[in-house]
Amino acid sequence: MRRFAVIAAGLVAVAVAGCSSSSSSTPGAGGSSSTGTITVFAAASLTESFTQIGKQFESAHPGDTVKFSFGPSSGLATQITSGAPADVFASASPANMQDVVSAGDASNPQNFAKNTMEVAVPPDNPAKVTSVTDLAKKSVKVALCQPQVPCGKVAAQVFTNAGITVKPVTLQPDVKSVLTQVETSNVDAGMVYVTDVMAAGSKVKGVAVPATDNASTLYPIAAVTSSKEKSIADAFVAYVLSPAGQSVLTAAGFKSP
Amino acid sequence: MATRTAPSRLTAQERARRAARGGTSRSVPAPLLAPALIAVAFLLLPLAGLLIRAPWGHMAAALSGSDATQALVLSLWTASVSTGVSLVIGVPLAWVLARTAFPGQRLLRALVTLPLVLPPVVGGVALLLAFSRVGLVGRYLDDWFGLTIPFTPLAVIMAETFVAMPFLIITVEGALRSADQGYEEAAATLGAKRMTVFRRVTVPLIAPSLGAGAVLCWARALGEFGATITFAGSFPGQTETMPIAVYYALETDPNAAIALSLVLLVVSVIVLVSLRDHWLRGSVS
Repeated sequence: MRRFAVIAAGLVAVAVAGCSSSSSSTPGAGGSSSTGTITVFAAASLTESFTQIGKQFESAHPGDTVKFSFGPSSGLATQITSGAPADVFASASPANMQDVVSAGDASNPQNFAKNTMEVAVPPDNPAKVTSVTDLAKKSVKVALCQPQVPCGKVAAQVFTNAGITVKPVTLQPDVKSVLTQVETSNVDAGMVYVTDVMAAGSKVKGVAVPATDNASTLYPIAAVTSSKEKSIADAFVAYVLSPAGQSVLTAAGFKSP
Repeated sequence: MATRTAPSRLTAQERARRAARGGTSRSVPAPLLAPALIAVAFLLLPLAGLLIRAPWGHMAAALSGSDATQALVLSLWTASVSTGVSLVIGVPLAWVLARTAFPGQRLLRALVTLPLVLPPVVGGVALLLAFSRVGLVGRYLDDWFGLTIPFTPLAVIMAETFVAMPFLIITVEGALRSADQGYEEAAATLGAKRMTVFRRVTVPLIAPSLGAGAVLCWARALGEFGATITFAGSFPGQTETMPIAVYYALETDPNAAIALSLVLLVVSVIVLVSLRDHWLRGSVS
């Protein structure tokens, strides 16, 4: 479903960009750079922090509009290499960014954040999960990300580190849908990022993963080569890397890369 | 002109003549021809794309991944079970809707055929609200029997049945309405009990429509995506059906996605061929 939203958002972005570029071509628009709209494809785990960064960016760059398409990094990377109209790609894993770079659709990605895993359980914790090793119990219903999605890969690394085998009941398309399964008590536990537990507030409880077992993933960001709003795209990437952008990410629980 | 003397035969002849003339006409008005060609191209180009990009050389390799086989097997058996369930409970409902009259019947018919037009993902959300572990009915199933439906093949069957059964119901109901009730009455006059009439007269009478409805229902169940992924989740071998496998394969192994799509395309063509007679007859009568 999210994919269709992406396409729709892309079409809107193209339409808006087309309109604004024709209007900004009128003389006297002033300023060194014209205003426009960019579409940022970002990992689902960035939903809250990037939405806020987008608002701050828009107030710092009056006239510019930032639209987002959040989803699994693997899916977003496939869309970009198939020609989806993205201007910026922010991935939850260097591997998915590498796919886009290898396809010639982006260059010089820069790491802007790091994230670690946490176990999310419903507030009443029906299966009484107190540690990550409880997820190996047969009676505990676990939701994970699909194995090709970064959150699925990092979770697998955590299980390897902890020396356990987890048989999930469902493999979800992205980390936010894992969180939804926990919030709705459909599962007893889900492996999500520390930042997702924080963003969910009281809707889930977090069970920390010991630092010795935990695994992390780096978040790279890059402007997309085919962007028609390259200057705005570059400005957005710079904003994410700037102290203003970094403070939003830190407040959301991300660590510096 | 001789045709005027025997009106009934002539009407048929005239109809045939007009049909023939219409069929062989070469002069299509340009305002109709251009959009018609665009429509043809629009419908056929994607299929051509699928056939051209298909990894013909290594189809077997693309399909032999355990996930693909699992997904195909799961899809085939769940679609068959949900068609069976639809036959067992949907045909009696079609009979009730076609042969009885009671207050609110029209409303009931509208409600039970709602899944025909309802976005499947909405159906999935509705199923979750009813049958999830904290759902309307699901919480009692969980408390009393320890039965959790989501994330099991049972959930897949329920999602498929929810979406596909109305296809069977409306097909069979239409057949029951248009069937000649004289045979049933004759059988009843000869002393047959009502269930015997249903089994020995009604069902054979509507057998072609029953078959067509079942095939439609099966095809719809096989293609189910939205309600399934929403209600049943996705896990290989348990709830990951063919359409879901295609969706995820596109992210990791596009060749496998194309190969899986081709399999579903072949199944669809078989369904279409098996339905062709029924649909042609339906459009004439």
